[in-house]
Amino acid sequence: MDQKFKQSAIENSDSIVQMWMEEINSIKDGNYTASISDELFESTNREFVNVIFTSIKSQGSTKVVEDFSEKIINLGWPLSYITDGLQVFRRVTIDYILGQSVKIDSSYISDVIKSVDAWVEPIIRQLVNEYSGSWEHIVSLQRVALQELSAPLIPVMDRITVMPLIGTIDTERAKLIMENLLEGVIKHNSEVVLIDITGVPVVDTMVAHHIIQAAEAVRLIGSTCILVGIRPEIAQTIVNLGIDLGKFPTKSSLKKGFTKALEITGREVIEHEKTEENVEKLIDSLKGE
Amino acid sequence: MNPQSCVNIQKEWDIVGARQLGRDIARKIGFGTVDQARIATAISELARNIYLYAETGQICFEVIDNMDHKGISMVAIDNGPGIDDVSKVMEDGYSTSGGLGAGLPGVKRLMDDFDLQSEAGKGTRIKAVKWVR
Repeated sequence: MDQKFKQSAIENSDSIVQMWMEEINSIKDGNYTASISDELFESTNREFVNVIFTSIKSQGSTKVVEDFSEKIINLGWPLSYITDGLQVFRRVTIDYILGQSVKIDSSYISDVIKSVDAWVEPIIRQLVNEYSGSWEHIVSLQRVALQELSAPLIPVMDRITVMPLIGTIDTERAKLIMENLLEGVIKHNSEVVLIDITGVPVVDTMVAHHIIQAAEAVRLIGSTCILVGIRPEIAQTIVNLGIDLGKFPTKSSLKKGFTKALEITGREVIEHEKTEENVEKLIDSLKGE
Repeated sequence: MNPQSCVNIQKEWDIVGARQLGRDIARKIGFGTVDQARIATAISELARNIYLYAETGQICFEVIDNMDHKGISMVAIDNGPGIDDVSKVMEDGYSTSGGLGAGLPGVKRLMDDFDLQSEAGKGTRIKAVKWVR
């Protein structure tokens, strides 16, 4: 039976394609693909229906489907284009085969539906898998990218290091912060580490706890930790929460923290009254960077 | 009554989702930046408690708009192990997970109204409200 239906569908592919194209064009209007040019839509549809027929003919040739899904993903078309297209194909083909048949009873109809489903289902499955695979790939890439900017440590001067934190701190990141901090303090031989939380949106008890632990660990290896970039609203919530940050120095800005760090390491910034020309040149060249 | 919007807490990143939704609502009602930070921090504490102790739960936000004052209400519900001694968790510095123990008493201080109901073995329901001044 199945072979007979397949034969009939392939022989009459022209009329099925015709019906399919009409249907698919009717759902284009007011839908996701409304902004796509007619030409592109038309040519992609032709390709789509060819892919469906090639796949039905060759039974399990996945290469064409793979190439096609890659193309649709690159075009950025929604997954619903593919699922809609295949639903329409199923409906149209069943209609067509039933329309061609003389004797129709319920078991015949169920046979037709079963056969057509068996052609379409593997294509749907493969296309959806390709699609979700590409999303998973993007998500994992972004996770890696996020991890890379997680907890950088910047040695700004001999014995002074800065760790700027930006974004939400979760448990995984808190661990990284601690590791990088301790490793960096030893490696750069820093006496003072400035942790800048200007870019941290919310400081709750968990974040505070991790910062306190990190500062304590830094103290144990003989350095000083200064917490900088505490915005006024963050200061108020910390007080409301009742968190004690009194064990290490804190400053409102990185600038003030840096001055404090210089003081701890026995240095200070001296401004020359006479601005020499070569100094100005040097500053200008720095600004250009 | 305004419709509720809820966030399910299942993963650690759902805490961020809940916080952002709550902060957006607070901003729309007209809270200042300090109160927005207070509300976001309170949400963070409640959501983290769900994630840490009950594993899954829900936080629902509601805008309260009475004749004389406006505010935001948040309800954190879970079916976790519940709290054995409610008066103890409201003490500063008490924690069963090695944390700072400032979460729940902190939320009470960050918000204006605070109500905690818990039954051991059944779950916890915390309601907190902040009014626009």
